[in-house]
Amino acid sequence: MPTAFVLNGKPATLDADPNMPLLWAIREVAGLPGTKFGCGMAQCGACTVHLEGKAIRSCVTALSAVAGKNITTIEGLQSRPAKAVQAAWVQLQVPQCGYCQSGQIMSATALLESNATPSDADIDSAMSGNICRCGTYNRIRAAIHAAADSIKA
Amino acid sequence: MATNPKAVRRSTRRTFLKNAGTVAAALTIGFEWPGSARRAFAAGAAAPLPGGTFTPNAFLRIGSDNSVTVIAKHVEMGQGAYTGIATVAAEELDADWSLVRVESAPADAKRYANLVFGTLQGTGGSSAMANSWAQLREAGAKARAMLLAAAAKQWQVSVADLTVEKGIVYDAGKKRQATFGALVKTAATLPVPETVKLKDPKDFKLIGRQAPRVDAAAKSDGTAQFTIDVAMPGMLVALLKRPPLFGATVKSFDAAAAAAVPGVVKVVQVPGGVAVVATGFWAAKRGREALKIEWDDSKAEKRGSAALMDEYRRLADQPAVSARNDGDAAQAIKSAAKKISANFEFPYLAHAPMEPLDAVVKLTANSCEIWAGDQFQTVDQMNAAHTAGLDPQQVSIHTLYAGGSFGRRANVWSDYIVEAVSIAKAFGADGTPIKLQWTREDDIHGGLYRPMYFHKLEAGLNDKGELIGWHQVIVGQSIMAGGLFAAMIKDGIDPTSVEGAATMAYAIPNLKVELSTTKASVPVLWWRVVGSSHTSFAVEAFMDEVAHAAGEDGFTFRRKLLEHSPRMKAVLELAAEKAGWNSGPLPKGKGRGIAVAEAFKTYVAQVAEVSVDADGQIKVDRVVCAVDCGTPINPDIITAQMEGGIGFGLGAVLYSAITLKDGRVEQDNFNNYRVLRMSEMPKVEVHIVPSAEAPTGVGEPGVAPVGPAVANAIFAATGKRSYVLPFSKAGIA
Repeated sequence: MPTAFVLNGKPATLDADPNMPLLWAIREVAGLPGTKFGCGMAQCGACTVHLEGKAIRSCVTALSAVAGKNITTIEGLQSRPAKAVQAAWVQLQVPQCGYCQSGQIMSATALLESNATPSDADIDSAMSGNICRCGTYNRIRAAIHAAADSIKA
Repeated sequence: MATNPKAVRRSTRRTFLKNAGTVAAALTIGFEWPGSARRAFAAGAAAPLPGGTFTPNAFLRIGSDNSVTVIAKHVEMGQGAYTGIATVAAEELDADWSLVRVESAPADAKRYANLVFGTLQGTGGSSAMANSWAQLREAGAKARAMLLAAAAKQWQVSVADLTVEKGIVYDAGKKRQATFGALVKTAATLPVPETVKLKDPKDFKLIGRQAPRVDAAAKSDGTAQFTIDVAMPGMLVALLKRPPLFGATVKSFDAAAAAAVPGVVKVVQVPGGVAVVATGFWAAKRGREALKIEWDDSKAEKRGSAALMDEYRRLADQPAVSARNDGDAAQAIKSAAKKISANFEFPYLAHAPMEPLDAVVKLTANSCEIWAGDQFQTVDQMNAAHTAGLDPQQVSIHTLYAGGSFGRRANVWSDYIVEAVSIAKAFGADGTPIKLQWTREDDIHGGLYRPMYFHKLEAGLNDKGELIGWHQVIVGQSIMAGGLFAAMIKDGIDPTSVEGAATMAYAIPNLKVELSTTKASVPVLWWRVVGSSHTSFAVEAFMDEVAHAAGEDGFTFRRKLLEHSPRMKAVLELAAEKAGWNSGPLPKGKGRGIAVAEAFKTYVAQVAEVSVDADGQIKVDRVVCAVDCGTPINPDIITAQMEGGIGFGLGAVLYSAITLKDGRVEQDNFNNYRVLRMSEMPKVEVHIVPSAEAPTGVGEPGVAPVGPAVANAIFAATGKRSYVLPFSKAGIA
């Protein structure tokens, strides 16, 4: 049974098992591979996307659960905070292997869209569900602050 | 400064790798082949440019559009190899950095061997920059010379009158100018110079500066391509059901329920288990869950890790093989005014790179094409060929970005590559592209762990408080045994089991390091910083205990023992100074600890500061790191590697352990194989020692000192020492 929703601002109808996690529907059915698979049980955050602007783990969200909803992936980021986050990521040379960074950026963007001036504690709370095995955490923190500053400026 | 490959090879004198080269040289004879049959697919991957391209050597391609493509023989797995390699070549070429791009080299050991490994193409041992340094400088300088010669020919002037800036050649007085792109046609007709003069380091414009990473933008917008992202028409996805115990095999299986899952195309048995091949990941996973398999575990490992550690503890008291024996440690300790002893226990560790292992294989009767974040091209090519029943030259490898590795993707069994090829073969070798995807559980259960180790240490101080004797017994499995590198085990010593201890920089008159190599069916592998991942902890935590017994602080005590090791002493002093070691005591509940390590000829010292709360929980507040890695090629990447190494090492000592119960791995995913998270990351300050020595690696060495520095800081804060890793086992993390 096809599931209809809005993917990156455009209507999408995916003909897939409604129980399929959104992650695989996005990657393999819609063909948007920027969202990554890391654990399959909402432990690492590599699969983070936005559901109505809020960060969710697409690996544990059934496709059927997003019917009629707005989903944004790394490929569809458009907002000012999103662009500021991505610019700060490059400016501060955040990525190493880069595999977790789509998820990190999605979590960071959702944070800045709801909180324009996050404290370190806010950042810890929003980002601690995103694992980076390369250990880029300090640069992620600095980049979130830099992005917040650039939006204010 | 080293300016020729020989000098660089001399400087990387690490026994392990030197021996690896020898082994590889002997083995390579079997899989070198004449050039005619070889496909140069990477070099030909770009669309042809109307104005032509100039390919002066195997490492560079300059297009009529002014683009400079550097062919990287090393995988980019986060460590910055692409950027480092491109920086070195672009420096000598005087290229415009904004026009430099990087492409991965094909599997071709003849052109792209790691010079530290000998004749194997692969990445590891923090060797990418050390072995590329002279080679890539020369590649860039020769290309520059040919472009200058082309301009001289076109303008009928002397080469001596020409200058180059950011990819543009100028004549005397800058009256005429030509971009590299405008010169490629002529340059391509000119002879490659035999020798070339390299730059004086004082003229470096990119090396030592902050050349931005070539992969940062693509890794910030989701477009960087990893193996998991490979998609092609008709491609199928396979998941493999592996035995629940190491060493078990398939007795029988029933595929009916799996085959009935919508999307499942075929269920095939392979040497590693039973694979479900489906139209996508989800169908393959559901199919795998529906498989019914009876396992033969008669030859499987059924011991638990606790039982193994009990055995290791007993073995530490038995005779062992000497890895280093200076003076008479036993006698010195016996006659010492003060004796100190301690035992340390280290668990198995998984690498757990963020991208679970994966490979795409397209196999036909006479070809095997592989896409992977490949770290060991020559070995993987050989193993893939063997599995497929092909010749190595029929196997081509597209090396993609690897979503982390930490050593996992370089193993002599090529486990994940061989699995993928064996599935493609069992499927029918009909050219259907098949992507083998591991899940996180597959990764955590999958073996090839950093081995479990037990260290027994004794030391003696004389009546002046001087360290006169040190005896260390190391017990654990060998990484090298039974594989391609087994010949590196000399006189019963696997150098990777004892490095960091047998090679310690401290001047101790009576020093004995022994090794007792154990056997278990749990597969083991190098893990970021290899032997120093445990030896450094044992040596540095125990050294702190010895210093305390001598009534001295860890910094002063170490410095006296490092008089003859100027580079190690210098990083120790720099880290202590920047951390304010002598700035007075920290408030109650806080502590400072120091540790040093040398790995892959890079010297690192770290000072950790920790806080302990009322419940005894520790928080690492700050780590100050000093590093001497020879000529700093890219200071920002060096800093990033130290930061990341600290995060990686800290997660392991605080939280990570693979344990076995009756042979079964007890952890499954990141819920119970804990790694460092953002809120647990300390502030990190990195200080790089200026140096004109040949560059050495930075991917691994930063991992080694953080554990003991934190352990020593915990002692300073609480008066308690932890001898069993991870610290969470003692309830303090």
